[in-house]
Amino acid sequence: MSGNMNLTLKVWRQKNDKTRGKFITYQANGISQDMSFLEMLDVVNEDLVRKGEDPIYFDHDCREGICGMCSLHINGRPHGPKQGTTTCQLHMRSFHDGQTIVIEPWRAAAFPVIKDLAVDRTAFDRIQHAGGYVNVNTGGVPDANGIPIPKTVADEAFESATCIGCGACVAACKNASAMLFVSAKISQYALLPQGQTERYSRAQAMVAQMDAEGFGNCTNTGACEAECPVGIKLTNIARMNREYLNAKLFKEEEAH
Amino acid sequence: MSKSKQVLSSSLGKKLIMSLTGLFLCSFLVVHLIGNLQLFYNDQGKAFNDYAYFMTHFTPIKIISYLLYTSIVVHAIYALVVTIHNRKARPVGYAVYRGSENSAWSSRNMGILGTVLLVFIVTHMSNFWWKYHNDSVPYVEYRTDLKTNQTTVTELVAGEFTEYVSYVDNEVEVIKAKDLYKQVAFAFKEWYLVAFYVLGMAALSFHLIHGFKSAFQTLGFDNRKYIPIIRFLGIWIFGVVIPIAFAAMPLYFYFLK
Repeated sequence: MSGNMNLTLKVWRQKNDKTRGKFITYQANGISQDMSFLEMLDVVNEDLVRKGEDPIYFDHDCREGICGMCSLHINGRPHGPKQGTTTCQLHMRSFHDGQTIVIEPWRAAAFPVIKDLAVDRTAFDRIQHAGGYVNVNTGGVPDANGIPIPKTVADEAFESATCIGCGACVAACKNASAMLFVSAKISQYALLPQGQTERYSRAQAMVAQMDAEGFGNCTNTGACEAECPVGIKLTNIARMNREYLNAKLFKEEEAH
Repeated sequence: MSKSKQVLSSSLGKKLIMSLTGLFLCSFLVVHLIGNLQLFYNDQGKAFNDYAYFMTHFTPIKIISYLLYTSIVVHAIYALVVTIHNRKARPVGYAVYRGSENSAWSSRNMGILGTVLLVFIVTHMSNFWWKYHNDSVPYVEYRTDLKTNQTTVTELVAGEFTEYVSYVDNEVEVIKAKDLYKQVAFAFKEWYLVAFYVLGMAALSFHLIHGFKSAFQTLGFDNRKYIPIIRFLGIWIFGVVIPIAFAAMPLYFYFLK
C-alpha cells in the first residue's frame, strides 16, 4: 500500500519511566490517506526495523474503536483532531501532505510512561477494583420489563457504561483529572437497581482510590467530554459529586 | 481522621468548599451592587453615606461581613491548594496543547482571573473599607427641610466631629455621617484607578461566567429543567449585568462628576 502523503513526525521517545524522554523527528513518506493513524505508524516502524532501529512503542489492540487500548496525544489533542473517535479510527485524510504531526503520550502522574508513547493505565483498573462492581448475582438475561427501571434511566446507565477506559479524559484535562472516567463507572451502577446495594460505599471507595492514584481535581472545563471518543457526558461528574457528597454527609450514618 | 475531615480533604470535598464559598460571594455581589447603586442618586451622597453607616454598624450585617472576609480567604487558599495538587498531577506537560479546541478560555484561566480579583479586592478594601474604618474619611452634615424637601450639605472639618447622628428636629432632618461618597468621588478622579476597576470587573465577568454554573455542577446539581436557568443567571446576570453595573460606577464619577 502506498500513497501520496509525505509527513514529518515529531515523536516522543522515552526508554522507560525512570529516564527522560525527548522528541525525535521521523519522515513518513508515501502515506495513503485511507490508512488509519496506527497503520501510518506501522509503516514508519517497518522502516525503522529495516534500518535496525528501535521501533516506536505505542498501545493498540482491537483497532475497531471499542477496546480503549490506543491512546496518543496528536497535535495537542487526545486521539487527534477529530471529535468522538479513537486513534485507530482516525484516518490520514484528516491530515494534509507536508504536515508536521507532534505525537505525545498521555501526560499524567498517575499514568507513568512504560515506553515511548505507551503509558501505564492500571490506575483505572485499581479504581474499578475499589468499587466498580456489584456483589449480587445478577443471573441470566432477565425478561423484558422484569427489572423495575424506566427505559430512559436504563438508557442513561447504558450510555455511561459505554466508557472504554482509554484515558482521553485524563489526557485532555488541564488538571489530569480522572473524574469523567470515575463518574461514568459510578453512574452506570448508581442508576441501575442491581447497583443499589453498594451505591454509597462504591462512590466513596472509588473517589478515595482516584485521589490516592494522584489524579487532579475537576475545574469543569468540559475538555474531557469534548475529547471522549464515546461521548461520556459531563453530567456524570455532577452525579458522582452528588453520590459522593450524599454518601459522606448523609447516607453513611443513616442505618442504625 | 474524623469523617468530616476526610470529606474536606478529598478532591470532591475541596471543590465543595470552593463551590459554597464562591456562591456565597456571588450572593454578596448582588447585595453590594444594590446598595452601591445609591452612588447614582443625585443627592450628594446622603442615601449612600447613611447606608454605609448602617452596613458597618448593624450587628447581623457585621457578622455576615466577617463570614464574607473568611469566605474570600478560604476560597483563595483552597484555590491555591487545589491548583498545586493539579500541577502535581501532570509533572511533564505537553509540547502541544490545544485547550481552545475543547474548552472555554475562562474555564482554563480561573486561577489567573481569581488572582486579578484578589488583587482587586485588596486594592478596593484599602481604598474604601480601610479608610472608612480608620477615620481618614471626613464628615458631612445633611440638613433636610421635611416641608420643602430641600437639603443643604455642609462639610465638617476633619477631627471636629466624629459621631454619626440622625434625628429630626423642628421638621428638619439632620444626618451627620462619614462622607464615603466624597472619598469615592475623589478616588475615581484618578484615571489609573478607574482603569484598574474596569479591568477588575472584566476579570469578575469571566470568572463568574464559568464559576457560577461550575459551582452548581460541583454541588451535583444537573437537573435538566433548572440548568438552563442557572446558565442564564451565570452568563447574563453574573457575567454581564453585575460587572457592567459595577464598572459603571468609576466611569460615572470619572466622566460625569
